[in-house]
Amino acid sequence: MTSPTDKEIIDFVIHEARLLDQHRFEEWLALYTDDAYYWMPLEWGQTDPKLVGSLMYEDKLLLQIRVERLKGNRTFSQKPKSRCHHVLQTPQIDSRDDAKGEYVTWTPMHYIETRHDDQQLYAAWATHTLTVVGGVLKIKLKRVDLVNCEAAFGNIQLFM
Amino acid sequence: MARYRDNVEAVRNLVRPAEVHRDVYIDDEVFQLEMEHLFANTWVYIGHDSQVPNPGDYFGTTIGLQPVLMARHTDQTVKVLFNRCPHKGTRITTETCGNTGKFFRCPYHAWSFKTDGSLLAIPLKKGYENTGIEQSHAGQGMTPVRHVHNYRGFVFAKINDFGPGFEEFFGESLSSFDNMIDRSPVGRLEVAGGPLRYMHNCNWKMLVENQTDTCHPMVAHESSAGTAVNVWKNAPPGTKKPMAVEIFAPFMSPYEFFENMGIRVWPNGHGHTGVHHSIHSDYSAIPGYFEKMVAAYGEERAKHILGENRHNTVYFPNLMIKGPIQLIRLFKPLAPNKTLVESYTFRLVDAPDVLLERTQMYNRLINAPTSVVGHDDLEMYERAQEGLHVDANQWVNVQRLYDPNEPVDVTAETNGTTEWQMRNQFHAWQKFMTMSM
Repeated sequence: MTSPTDKEIIDFVIHEARLLDQHRFEEWLALYTDDAYYWMPLEWGQTDPKLVGSLMYEDKLLLQIRVERLKGNRTFSQKPKSRCHHVLQTPQIDSRDDAKGEYVTWTPMHYIETRHDDQQLYAAWATHTLTVVGGVLKIKLKRVDLVNCEAAFGNIQLFM
Repeated sequence: MARYRDNVEAVRNLVRPAEVHRDVYIDDEVFQLEMEHLFANTWVYIGHDSQVPNPGDYFGTTIGLQPVLMARHTDQTVKVLFNRCPHKGTRITTETCGNTGKFFRCPYHAWSFKTDGSLLAIPLKKGYENTGIEQSHAGQGMTPVRHVHNYRGFVFAKINDFGPGFEEFFGESLSSFDNMIDRSPVGRLEVAGGPLRYMHNCNWKMLVENQTDTCHPMVAHESSAGTAVNVWKNAPPGTKKPMAVEIFAPFMSPYEFFENMGIRVWPNGHGHTGVHHSIHSDYSAIPGYFEKMVAAYGEERAKHILGENRHNTVYFPNLMIKGPIQLIRLFKPLAPNKTLVESYTFRLVDAPDVLLERTQMYNRLINAPTSVVGHDDLEMYERAQEGLHVDANQWVNVQRLYDPNEPVDVTAETNGTTEWQMRNQFHAWQKFMTMSM
């Protein structure tokens, strides 16, 4: 792959959300590099994912455990299953480094998760750090900053 | 019609030796009485003094439903004040924490108070001349909580004069705090950032009981811990076991493991799992840490401190601490069917950062609203909160390994799958609920 166009980068980020909404979790996980992290900070403007608390800071192994768990017959909190819905603003390309093959996008979004009669709305900004592996775009880091990151939440069971 | 107010006998009858009536979980009146009596007669955890290091620093929390604030006074002592202006009731601080300078100032009419709550000034004070303001409630300033104790940094408060003093209330159970604190080579902890805050649509006591429920991990958490173990099996041979797998895997230990780990009960509703070993016993050593501990304490004592791997220690009524992980969980009642869980992490002062990294990872994996372990626990609590509305059976059973001759308010060690600690909590519940009725 030559360097991805802006449109390819934007389409990639939008496609990621679609896979989640359609419960295509294994295809979704395949979008991540082997050394990828998915990060949901607990603090506003947080810079340290390890020594400061976060809602999630998960490598691919932990993400894979989540994806496997969602399929399990004894996953009681998923009887019935949750569903989710993303509304994204058009992703903005904050930085593009073709030499290094690294691209950073910023995507304001609304995310809805439902289960039983309960429907929760979350507002967040997703920051994707993308790279090119074997000619295809991959996610190296997805950071989801909730607008109300330090608020008390009930179960958030799927991926934003 | 009031069924429980002014009826001590009815409240007492909610607790039998090995079962409790569902009204302790679902009844509005019982909940209100808990706020008035149980949470006023017991020593309730407020915060850690590292949250208010300098004079004028404050931290806001609650005792039951009542807003209080912990403040560092000019004389360096820590005060706990009810968080309302004595004038009109306005909450003085609404930020979770901050520094108020030399005095608190109410944003409504600018009444000001020293950091011990005493009245400093009222604007246009001549309007109160000869009104007897000095004798009124308002003239006394912000009301302090009468009983406050700072135990090696952990601040507790008790509203009522009823009930035992701090040392008598906690007794030998303080050994769990000692172990957590002694794990710092300089014997000091610091709160490491804000807590994870997790809202539960269930009664607060379900969470407290679950802390010493050792027959649920391999069942309720099979989907998370069991999946972690299975996914890890596919790793290439020789791969170093990641910290996350070290944390998850012991949840899947067999019943025998939990039976043998033991439970210890103490008077007044306190107790802990993991007398002999626990799910925290087999974590990898952190490079450089043991050497620092030996340098600080000597080898024998260092080994003794690190060899104590208590699992969950319950401090009645609503606190749990994990010494080997340096985290605490506070179960804050909001309504009969609503509880806010705040999980705080601590840094061991002068210990390697990797320990804090593990503490934060544990908190994320187990205690977050995004935690796959938390999801299934909450699912169980919420199902119970609903199921308890069945009239055909109105009792919750806590009979596992019950002996009809079981003593109350004693220190004892027993099989790690007993529900004695739950019975111990309900005996304390009954005692502290009714002592001021």
